[in-house]
Amino acid sequence: MNGRRLVDNIGGKLMLVLTVLSGVLLLLMAWGLVAKSSAILSLKPLDTLLFSGNWNPLRGEFGFFPFIAGTIWVVGVATVIAVPVSLLTAIYLSEYAGRKIKGIVNPFIDLLAGIPSVVYGVWGVLMIVPFVKNYIAPLYGTFSSGYCVLTAGIVLAVMIFPVIINVSVEVLNMVPREVREASLSLGATKWQTVKKVVLRRAMPGVIAANVLGIARAFGETMAVLMVAGNVAMIPKSLMDPAYPLPALIANNYGEMLSIPLYDSALFFAALLLFAVVFFFNLVSRAVLVRIEKGIR
Amino acid sequence: MKNRTHISVENLNVYYGDNQVLKNVTIAIPDKTITAIIGPSGCGKTTLLRCFNRLIDTVDGIKVTGKVLVDGDDIFDPQQDVTAIRKKMGLLSQRPFPLPMSIYENVAYGPRIHGTRKKNELDVIVEKYLKMANIWDEVKDRLHEPASSLSIGQQQRLCLARGLAVEPEIILADEPTSALDPVSSRNIEERFMELKNRYTIVMVTHILRQAKRLADYVVFVYLGELIEHGPSKEIFENPKEQITKEYIKGIIS
Ligand SMILES: Nc1ncnc2c1ncn2[C@@H]1O[C@H](COP(=O)(O)OP(=O)(O)OP(=O)(O)O)[C@@H](O)[C@H]1O
Ligand SMILES: [Mg+2]
Repeated sequence: MNGRRLVDNIGGKLMLVLTVLSGVLLLLMAWGLVAKSSAILSLKPLDTLLFSGNWNPLRGEFGFFPFIAGTIWVVGVATVIAVPVSLLTAIYLSEYAGRKIKGIVNPFIDLLAGIPSVVYGVWGVLMIVPFVKNYIAPLYGTFSSGYCVLTAGIVLAVMIFPVIINVSVEVLNMVPREVREASLSLGATKWQTVKKVVLRRAMPGVIAANVLGIARAFGETMAVLMVAGNVAMIPKSLMDPAYPLPALIANNYGEMLSIPLYDSALFFAALLLFAVVFFFNLVSRAVLVRIEKGIR
Repeated sequence: MKNRTHISVENLNVYYGDNQVLKNVTIAIPDKTITAIIGPSGCGKTTLLRCFNRLIDTVDGIKVTGKVLVDGDDIFDPQQDVTAIRKKMGLLSQRPFPLPMSIYENVAYGPRIHGTRKKNELDVIVEKYLKMANIWDEVKDRLHEPASSLSIGQQQRLCLARGLAVEPEIILADEPTSALDPVSSRNIEERFMELKNRYTIVMVTHILRQAKRLADYVVFVYLGELIEHGPSKEIFENPKEQITKEYIKGIIS
């Protein structure tokens, strides 16, 4: 066997090992989370953990519902803002924008994707918190500190724009040009073509793109931690503070661990997040891979 | 055979960026006949065809000068409603591209867009044009299955029905049989022969024998230039230009 083939062989094996390793890492992580949260899981029934609103670790009450509700509120608001905005942007970029505009806009979107989440957090504190406090809350006729569901939702929405836009544009670009031309040649307008043909054909992928973005929103710790308000209550409105799961973990891990079961509780929170994000990612990736392979 | 001119091209130039692909093309395409555009690969046949329904507009960095008159109207005039121009022409592409919907919906798509809403009217239209494209018998029991479930040959006939359903005057076809098996190809050719009394058909083809079989009028394009055009018989039996002769004999391709 000559040298080049040897290198090729070793290279291939090495990459296989690394790939397997990252898979194993994921399993180890999941296993670690399960192992660590088993203490609380064996003491409390799952439905109490998930659906009880009593969060009082000192008295041994671990109802995660306020955090779960907070997470859902914040992610829900982010989704409601991000989905239409990023979808329209993606449609504009793939169907309407000329090469010049794409050349200007695409780098900005990539830049947006590359900004660390802590910077988004700071931006939220500096700009969105006062904006919500001074302008939006009075509009509602209520008082809000600005650290609330709406603020966190806005910040998260901006964070997931690039994910949804980029993946959606890719999916839209995979629709063959000729399908658009078929519709146009029948006398359809561009918008009719986009709405009835392009989006229809790209729908599974567009949904996957959005799910991917939403999965990202679930896990974004820093941004949410800095602007959500972090009060352990079930939010009743957009102006209420929320305490989403990532913020709970980041704020308390390492601090409150003298309280019995607290660390196990936090691992359980992490397990929940892990499971949700993993599931969302898995589903959307599977859909995207199928689309790329041309299976419809 | 003296038909009136349906599409008239005057001094048409097309540039992709700096690359000029059609050079000062002038032709008159007669009404209610089959016109074949022939020429070697890359000479601008598709580009010419795509000028007729202004699909060329969708290309980035395109520049078009000169005129294309359809029924005497300059279609590149900015006042023109491009959807109305396209509605006048059905398009068959090299490979069939059904819309991502059912067989029925594919045919109903055009009429719907142009304002036909009633279910019973659409039913009539769908049946009529599927029959005209000679595919009704094969699909009448599966109208609501996705169009992608059909064979390629069936899909091409479905695309023909879809184009006919907007009641065009012109059928544009870009190598419509090149992806099809011989039987399906013959089926499309037979449809064209039936339809040519009612429609102006302009087809691009690579296959000289097909042009001979079908065309009444032939346009020969070479490297972006119109070399020769005229009745099929003249072009094939008695070409004026040396280069046409060579192409027809298969010396250049
Ligand atoms: N979108 C485009 N951008 C840039 N150049 C193009 C584009 N489409 C076609 N061309 C170029 O224009 C020339 C003519 O292309 P066209 O597709 O009209 O030729 P054709 O005669 O239809 O060829 P074929 O027989 O291979 O289909 C070719 O040189 C091609 O490379
Ligand atoms: Mg071509």
